[in-house]
Amino acid sequence: MNAPIRVEGLSKMYHIGRRKDSNQTLRDVLSNGLLNRFRQVSRKLRRAQVEVDRQAEILWALKDVSFEIRWGEVVGIIGRNGAGKSTLLKILSRITEPTHGRAEIHGRVGSLLEVGTGFHGELTGRENIYLNGAILGMRRAEINQKFDEIVEFSGVSKFIDTPVKHYSSGMHVRLAFAVAAHLEPEILIVDEALAVGDAAFQNKCIHKMGDVAKGGRTVLLVTHNMGFISTLTERAMILEEGKLTYMGPTSAAIAAYFRQSLPQSGEDLRVHLDRQPGMVPALTSARLRDGSGRPKTVFVTGDEWQLEIEYVTDGKVDLQGAAFNIYTATGMQIGGLSTYMLSRPPYAIPAAGRVVFHVRDLHLCPGDYVVSISLSKDRYHDLDWVLRAVSFTVDKSDVFGNGFFLTSEQGICSFRGTFELEPEESWSRSPAHDAGSLFPAR
Amino acid sequence: MSAAPGELPAGPSSVLIIEPTHGWTSLQLKEVWAYRELLYFLIWRDVKVRYKQTVLGVAWAVLQPLMTVVVFTIFFGGLAKVGSDGLPYPLFSLAGLLPWNLFAQGLGQSAASLVGSSNLISKIYFPRLVIPISSVLVGLVDFAVAFVFLIAMMGYYRVWPTPSFLLLPLFVLLSACAALGVGMWLSALNVKYRDVRYVVPFFVQLWLFVTPVIYPASRVAGKLEALHIPRWVYGLNPMAGAVEGFRWAALGTVRVEGSVILTSVIVTFILLFGGAFYFRRVERTFADVV
Repeated sequence: MNAPIRVEGLSKMYHIGRRKDSNQTLRDVLSNGLLNRFRQVSRKLRRAQVEVDRQAEILWALKDVSFEIRWGEVVGIIGRNGAGKSTLLKILSRITEPTHGRAEIHGRVGSLLEVGTGFHGELTGRENIYLNGAILGMRRAEINQKFDEIVEFSGVSKFIDTPVKHYSSGMHVRLAFAVAAHLEPEILIVDEALAVGDAAFQNKCIHKMGDVAKGGRTVLLVTHNMGFISTLTERAMILEEGKLTYMGPTSAAIAAYFRQSLPQSGEDLRVHLDRQPGMVPALTSARLRDGSGRPKTVFVTGDEWQLEIEYVTDGKVDLQGAAFNIYTATGMQIGGLSTYMLSRPPYAIPAAGRVVFHVRDLHLCPGDYVVSISLSKDRYHDLDWVLRAVSFTVDKSDVFGNGFFLTSEQGICSFRGTFELEPEESWSRSPAHDAGSLFPAR
Repeated sequence: MSAAPGELPAGPSSVLIIEPTHGWTSLQLKEVWAYRELLYFLIWRDVKVRYKQTVLGVAWAVLQPLMTVVVFTIFFGGLAKVGSDGLPYPLFSLAGLLPWNLFAQGLGQSAASLVGSSNLISKIYFPRLVIPISSVLVGLVDFAVAFVFLIAMMGYYRVWPTPSFLLLPLFVLLSACAALGVGMWLSALNVKYRDVRYVVPFFVQLWLFVTPVIYPASRVAGKLEALHIPRWVYGLNPMAGAVEGFRWAALGTVRVEGSVILTSVIVTFILLFGGAFYFRRVERTFADVV
């Protein structure tokens, strides 16, 4: 059987200059045309210069990408913002054409580059289900058949005949996802559509996506959320500046992605490329310090660790808290702290300022770690979220003071503790053994 | 983007080849047909939203031509005495306004349609032709409402339909096709050059004056003859044929110039196919610039 998706040498070029001028007016064209004519006549020597300018205006959003996906496979695409992920999905969804190369797709394709495409505020929930369904490529009969299921999944059945402009943003998104989730193509192309709603609804979405994947469908998924990617996909590819730099097992791909140019302490975060889409750039910097407040990026197990986050907002949104999370270089989330954990309601933080988190005792084994930071409007809604805001290393050290060096081989978490030694003959008298009901003797 | 023959959004055996395309490509009308449900839903959405948002709702579809007819009757029929081929002027001008409004509204809506649907175009695939087609077809709803008004006015003036009445749909179709033909050109141009949007209303306004809505075509024909220009030249304005033909079919006006109508039909076909091919040609860049 043919591969459902086969991509060969796919490239996409944008003229940045022309793109910026997309709103050019007829006057511009006419006057430029005249000017060009004049220039041609006046001097042909300039040609070399024009050639150089032209080179600078070109951006290869995708460059010579080739891969093949097998039937029923769920494949993730990861990469920083602007790496070409969305361009790739847009080409495969036929929204835009490639400049070179070709792709062959066998089967009915459904693509979800956004939830709620074409939703209209004046129309009721019921009407929007039909409209959005039709836009996504569902037949009317198909929508009729799944209508009740969609309404039930969305959880907005009470308001189904209310215009969606009266919906809360959560309801809006739930209804939109519900329609999308009931699209049943053989090949599904998904972009970030999952990162919507509150935590509970997100969970529901992941389960639904998991069902889709298990249903033998071929899925191509782009997301910034390493958690989703590692639960949902077996293989993943990394795009870097338009090139496919890795394709293989998801765990290895995530590890490679995290290793890719780890962020530096103090980098201006407003231009950071690992910002979750839809976030407002408010976080400005993240710095790591040691216990006495001196900048530091290499720690040892058991060190005091401080994270200083600075942010600025326009003051129009009330902020409630900030948080950080530590990830291993392979993308596994280890844990973190938030202002919610460490305080009591009512929660509030100033519109602009600095939060310093103190970790007394860094219980981590040697290795590379990255820190994500977030700023939130409330416990469930982030205003800004930067995945790899800052990174640090935990170096080998003599934690136990006996010359035993912990390494990454020992895992992630470094425990502190003691042990007691009891020879076998003392067992019968030990209290632990008396409580034999718990561990019955063989 | 080309699709293998028989590839449509159906069937597990379908194969889709995505490759760069160059120059002129086929219209893929088969695919547009496959997406007819989307076309239906887009029209349904526009009609629904229109009548939900406006306070006057359906009444607007009658009020607008009614008020125009009143103004035209006072100024052109009464003061300027432009003539009306022997018909009561209000009826004469209303019969001209109906196809004209279908055209003007369809043209305006379809010219703005692609830019207005940029959120759809940049997020999902469907044959882009669906967009201008649906915006022209939405106008048929207003037309239908106003048509009832025309029938009522014909009853009032005791002008009874003649057998030519059966040809009315042809002239309605001609008006819609002219709107679509020009609309496709303008909508595609509007994606690239945003000032098209400002040019369109002005353009439509001027076009009204070269179309026999306010005055009878016979007056123009007379002037042309005096200048030794054949009458069919007036038909180069596709709406001249459409409006004159509509009026003839609806009211049974005495003289209708066959050569004018034929010329208009030919021009409309050229505009329609030229527009569709041009649209398809530039379509591939829409998502990148819209």
